[in-house]
Amino acid sequence: MAFRVVHYINQFYAGIGGEEKADYMPEIREGVVGPGMAFKGAFKGGAEIVATVICGDSYFASNMDEATAKILDMIREYKPDAFIAGPAFNAGRYGTACGAMCAAVSKEFNIPVISGMYPENPGVEMYKKYAWIIETPDSAAGMRKAVPAMAKLALKLLKGEAIGKPSDEGYIERGIRKNMFYEKLAAERCVDMFVAKLKGEAFETEYKMPVFDRVDPQPAVKDMKHAVIALVTSGGICPKGNPDHIEASSASKFGEYDITGVNDLTSETHCTAHGGYDATYADQNADRVLPVDVMRDLEREGVIGKLHNKFYATVGNGTSVANAKKFGAEIVKRLVADGVTAVILTST
Amino acid sequence: MKLELHRLSIKSLKFGDNTGFKDGTLTVNKAELLEMISEDPLLGKNIDVDIAMPGEKTRIIPVKDVIEPRWKIEGSGQVFPGMVSDVETVGEGKTLVLSGCAVLTAGKIVRFQEGIIDMSGPGADYTPYSKTCNVVLVLEPSDPNMDKHDYEKACRIAGLKAAAYLAKSCAEADSESEIETYEYADIKTGMNSLPELPKVGYLYMLQTQGLLHDTYLYGVDVKRILPTIISPLEVMDGAIVSGNCVSACDKNSTYSHQNNPVIADMLKRHGKDFNFVACIVTNENVTLADKRRSSSYATKLAHMLGLDGIVITEEGFGNPDADLIMNCWKAERYGIKTALLTDEYAGQDGASQSLADSCPEGNACVTAGNANEVIHLPAMEKVIGYAEEANVIAGGWNGSLSEDGSITVELQAITGSTSELGYTKLGAYTL
Amino acid sequence: MVKEIERELPVVHMCTIVPISQTVGANRIIPTIAIPHPLGDPSKTPEEEKALRRKLVERALKALQTEITEQTVFTE
Repeated sequence: MAFRVVHYINQFYAGIGGEEKADYMPEIREGVVGPGMAFKGAFKGGAEIVATVICGDSYFASNMDEATAKILDMIREYKPDAFIAGPAFNAGRYGTACGAMCAAVSKEFNIPVISGMYPENPGVEMYKKYAWIIETPDSAAGMRKAVPAMAKLALKLLKGEAIGKPSDEGYIERGIRKNMFYEKLAAERCVDMFVAKLKGEAFETEYKMPVFDRVDPQPAVKDMKHAVIALVTSGGICPKGNPDHIEASSASKFGEYDITGVNDLTSETHCTAHGGYDATYADQNADRVLPVDVMRDLEREGVIGKLHNKFYATVGNGTSVANAKKFGAEIVKRLVADGVTAVILTST
Repeated sequence: MKLELHRLSIKSLKFGDNTGFKDGTLTVNKAELLEMISEDPLLGKNIDVDIAMPGEKTRIIPVKDVIEPRWKIEGSGQVFPGMVSDVETVGEGKTLVLSGCAVLTAGKIVRFQEGIIDMSGPGADYTPYSKTCNVVLVLEPSDPNMDKHDYEKACRIAGLKAAAYLAKSCAEADSESEIETYEYADIKTGMNSLPELPKVGYLYMLQTQGLLHDTYLYGVDVKRILPTIISPLEVMDGAIVSGNCVSACDKNSTYSHQNNPVIADMLKRHGKDFNFVACIVTNENVTLADKRRSSSYATKLAHMLGLDGIVITEEGFGNPDADLIMNCWKAERYGIKTALLTDEYAGQDGASQSLADSCPEGNACVTAGNANEVIHLPAMEKVIGYAEEANVIAGGWNGSLSEDGSITVELQAITGSTSELGYTKLGAYTL
Repeated sequence: MVKEIERELPVVHMCTIVPISQTVGANRIIPTIAIPHPLGDPSKTPEEEKALRRKLVERALKALQTEITEQTVFTE
């Protein structure tokens, strides 16, 4: 039996109209519409487009949440095994809609999602982590090239076959690291690469060094005497016994702990959940990582207005940047809501 | 320097009256081995020796270290110098090796810093130590509240003693061994030979972050050394010993030091692709001043030796990434070309940055895979050690151990899975 | 984590491995003692240790009160 595919296209490719029809509300039709015909040919019976979603680009862009929810509902009853959106070529709003729908469908139904875009389409940067996006030319003239590549990748994904490197499969690099067993030991691969570099021959690094983004500094605190300062740490400090079971490594969560009336962290009250360093010192005296004792002194002396009555802790050890980012964003939301002025973040 | 490794190929293990080798079988006198280990007052009565063979439905958890049994039958010094033997220089003469055999030490030392070894099933593919015939020491301290540092030391010494004892007991079978010969010239001779080839070295980074994250060189705690030079042959005699309690996947076991695959490959290519002049050992300490000093000193040594290139291997992850990066760019600024060997922490979904630090000079980087990738390990018929440790081990979480005995963890929890000495075939690529 | 906080509130990062903090992109950075005890030193007496911690925290407060336009490591 052929795999079931739902296809997403915009009003233009559905033949409804151009810019003047871009506010077209989402609709689902059984079977193939527009470019779906080309997919039908490319699937050679291995998969079948059971339904096609049509949505105006402007409508999607201005009602993203609503449109997404509505389309997910429409798709559900067709029980798709995969979802294909576009190709969108270099159409920005269309690409963004394709990417957003791929991300939503992948999250909701956990099925393969495939789109096709020109690398400069803004949808690529926004959604490449969430979808397989085949690299296409910049206009619909590239349809004959895009469709077979998208169909081929879709079939591979549907059959659960291993997906090769972006250059082999024709998709845009998603930035997702995937393990594989190579033919040679890592040591031998490293010496091979070393020899190539020594000789000035071409070589391909196995990992491109990351470039980290930047955030502008916030203005300075003007009135420290009335400021509320919060303590945050990636050093894993928590009440003794680690009640939230924060992992020793690759933390999946952070803890929020009340320190109202606490003047000092002691080996009786607090410890560290961190697994990346010798915990002896922090377990003996957690102030060595989270300086509650000194902050209380400074509060009493009026140097700072107040030490915030909650501290936040997670374990930085082996914790992914994505999780750390999520924790940071959630913690700062709570700190702002609580009227905190500034933050001291300690790391081990 | 010339070192012969006399390899006795171990195909099976059994307990018996006399420890020794016959027809591919290593017989272990359990009582004798236990008695020798329990001489240490730090270890309690509750210690045991077990056997785990490749292909068996056996899980060993929590594993501290893996050691290959070796014993010097000729030449100065003895294996594991400064640890269980005198401090005399090693790396010359003849060393008996029980190939295909390993001693594993297991115990709840730092709990989250020990690892899992499955002898069969999907987990076995990820650890080199599923393919060795393993003599497992399960070690409990004499006092349950014993200081962890004392307990770690007791386990470390017990493993080394057992490894030396097993190989020593097979010395009579030396005539059956296969001989591999390694030669290493002094630096003056080495420098003058092979003038047409680039002179290269190996910068060997060792984890030394603190009392329980330590490595020893001739018995010296490596965090106290300035970077120094060592011959690759000394390493084969156990000059470098792991005392590490860090994530299981990328702590370099003593076994992987003894069999360092980077050294093996560089020796193989010496005289063909380059002139392998020296190994430089350096540390990964906890203060920035130490990191700066060691990276400056290690790369300065490479510069003083006139090296054209170095291979750099890291141990561990996180802040040691900063050591790796400093070693890389400082060497490159001397005009010394580098290739790096590390592993990755890209998140369970692989979508995050893999390293904590980076530099543009690190353009030749090999990785032993993403340690955060999750694996499901089906239940085994036999567990040596304590299965419940899966819930606290680095790479596991509360609930990693299911009721049916299966375990879901990150590769991080599997001993040697992302070895940064490159002792596995695992790697990663970008989707 | 530090960058997400900086999007909303001024934050000072107290850490030992300054190069990582710089690479990752913290703006106000205070170098600390050592990884296992950034704000302590077990070799000192409890009183000396607390004085040391106070000095570092005061430096952090000073950093928070200093206008900056680029990454700055505060060493005094």
